[in-house]
Amino acid sequence: MCGIVGLFLKDKKLEPQLGAMLSTMLGTMCERGPDSAGFAIYGDAHKGKTKITVQSATPSADFANLTSLIKSETGAAAEIAVKSTHAVLTVPSDKADAVCEAIRAKHPSIRIMGVGENIEIYKEVGYPTDVAKQFDLVHMTGSHAIGHTRMATESAVTTLGAHPFSTGPDQCLVHNGSLSNHNSVRRLLKRDGMTFETENDTEVAAAYLTWRMKQGLNLGDALNKSLDDLDGFFNFVVGTKNGFGVIRDPIACKPAVMAETDEYVAFGSEYRALVNLPGIDKARVWEPEPATVYFWER
Amino acid sequence: MRTIDLATTPLRALNEDLHRQKDGANEAKWEVLNPRGAHAVAAGVDAPISVDVKGSVGYYCAGMNKKAAITVHGSAGPGVAENMMSGKVVIKGDASQYAGATGRGGLLVIEGNASSRCGISMKGIDIIVKGNIGHMSAFMAQSGSLVVLGDAGDALGDSIYEAKLFVRGKVKSLGADCIEKEMRPEHHEALGKLLEQAGFTGVKSSEFKRYGSARKLYNFNIDNADAY
Repeated sequence: MCGIVGLFLKDKKLEPQLGAMLSTMLGTMCERGPDSAGFAIYGDAHKGKTKITVQSATPSADFANLTSLIKSETGAAAEIAVKSTHAVLTVPSDKADAVCEAIRAKHPSIRIMGVGENIEIYKEVGYPTDVAKQFDLVHMTGSHAIGHTRMATESAVTTLGAHPFSTGPDQCLVHNGSLSNHNSVRRLLKRDGMTFETENDTEVAAAYLTWRMKQGLNLGDALNKSLDDLDGFFNFVVGTKNGFGVIRDPIACKPAVMAETDEYVAFGSEYRALVNLPGIDKARVWEPEPATVYFWER
Repeated sequence: MRTIDLATTPLRALNEDLHRQKDGANEAKWEVLNPRGAHAVAAGVDAPISVDVKGSVGYYCAGMNKKAAITVHGSAGPGVAENMMSGKVVIKGDASQYAGATGRGGLLVIEGNASSRCGISMKGIDIIVKGNIGHMSAFMAQSGSLVVLGDAGDALGDSIYEAKLFVRGKVKSLGADCIEKEMRPEHHEALGKLLEQAGFTGVKSSEFKRYGSARKLYNFNIDNADAY
């Protein structure tokens, strides 16, 4: 099953409430995905800085001296903000690749969830409202956010198997459905230098879009290409640094509802996810068409 | 009139209350407030009562309906009026996928658009959609009528049996074994009655084309053996 919620703000005045709004939306989709939950939130960028969201099963041991270890391993001055099992490292952008390499090489118990100027990613096994509380989603702010509640079908219930998946800077993807050709697409992408952390089908979809965007396509064109190359059932909701995209496969049996006002664009697996949004009674509410790309940029 | 507010009354209490109503029920008019996308609102009603749902609903609203007149003053999620037996269900907004699926009788009126698989496997229900319908509608439809005032999506009436399809607008494509058929006087008459029942005045039956089964898939054809 799985539940998806997404919110892309057009009106900056709502930005302080982004986390609270997404948290309420996520809470309505618990029944669709009680296994695990996650969300990506696009906050403020700081010039010349990159955020690396990391996760550990033993956060107090792993995060305690992480900044000084990074300093000695890479020379980068990092700041750390710990949130439960996750931490956001803020590092100079020109050192971000070196820091990621050092974490992968020297800190095997720390996993990188996402990297970018704006994106932060939090995901864990657990009931969605508990996961949202664990990371204090309600107090987060930003321009757009995507959340997911997972009922696992294609791979194990683990932190890394939860959504969103991030395979490129400031990119993330959540998925409702299952892909049938993910193994062959994964092999193709691996040959082209993409790396994978899991056996999960959704990670392949995320990496596929990253790969297409590396070829110079914008999000909309990359999503259009996915209709030719990915086989299976899917509703994808995708975030980039300044964009928000939605696509459904041509069969479109996974549910989707969207709403748009002058203040926001919102996505929900069901209308229940949208009912608490401000002005929903006056919003344009519609079911996205199959095999049709929807995307917004700011 | 009984008014039930789902902001304060659990959905199960509403449905249990509705299920207690029988023929000759003295509470003939019901109003449901704040459905807020809830699932299975007024599903399984079996009494000649009217239920007005003031807002949008989620999955399976008015499913299995018998005798009741249920109106949704908003949009409906997947499977509205699924397996309806009799009565009338009106959706003032849009309906999501498989509206009226497997319905055996009664009338389903959708005043907005219906999405994919509208009337899939319908078995006697009449469905009238004022707007457009999505792909794979009336798939394996057995009997009843599907009337569309707007356009139909891909693969209309795929593997259809004896249901009658009337479309006023464009049909993106017809499914396997579905063909356009002649509008004979009895079809004009039946369609006219359905439009009247739905309250769609000012629309003439002559504006519609009829589609139905070519009846080529009814029996196994030995010439197709290689295809299996």
